[in-house]
Amino acid sequence: MINQYETVFIATPVLSEPQMKETVEKFKKYISENGELVHEEDWGLRKMAYSIQKKTTGFYHLFEFKADGSFINKLETEYRRDEKIMRFLTFKMDKHAVAYSEKKRREQESKKEE
Amino acid sequence: MAQNNSEIRYLTPLAVEVKKKKYCRFLRSRIKYVDYKDPQFLKKFLNEQGKILPRRLTGTSLKYHRKVAQAVKRARHLALLPYVTDMMK
Repeated sequence: MINQYETVFIATPVLSEPQMKETVEKFKKYISENGELVHEEDWGLRKMAYSIQKKTTGFYHLFEFKADGSFINKLETEYRRDEKIMRFLTFKMDKHAVAYSEKKRREQESKKEE
Repeated sequence: MAQNNSEIRYLTPLAVEVKKKKYCRFLRSRIKYVDYKDPQFLKKFLNEQGKILPRRLTGTSLKYHRKVAQAVKRARHLALLPYVTDMMK
């Protein structure tokens, strides 16, 4: 059953820029192989509300994709295996969430055009 | 004895709290989805310590209060909101 998911993960700030790109690329390729990547957002280095693993900042990255339900377990084991990822959250989007994210994307596009 | 309790004089006039009709902001503005990714909006539902405000104070309906609670817990997991803090607002 194809559902729409949204996953956010936090990578350790100690990574250099190319390392960060490489981890993002790895997950992007993994997701686009098993499903269809709808949207991608990079929040970059952000200060966290509390420290995780003694670090107070982290690289946030968001993927929005359509995939089969069984793929989520594989994705999460992949997250757990990769020690650069400090924390992750995957979220199954219901129809209101999907409508909300489309509306936001349209707003961003219209803002970019101005 | 009986009559003096009738003319009880208060030092300050009794400030009777006018009862403001509480409304659910989600029903009124027809928001259907509470996004866990923007902490600014979620902060309206947290008190200074970062705890979730009860429904009787925010006046939101039960259905949306649960969505807000779920979104706040997800935001806390992603360190967008603190679990406990002192002066947050």
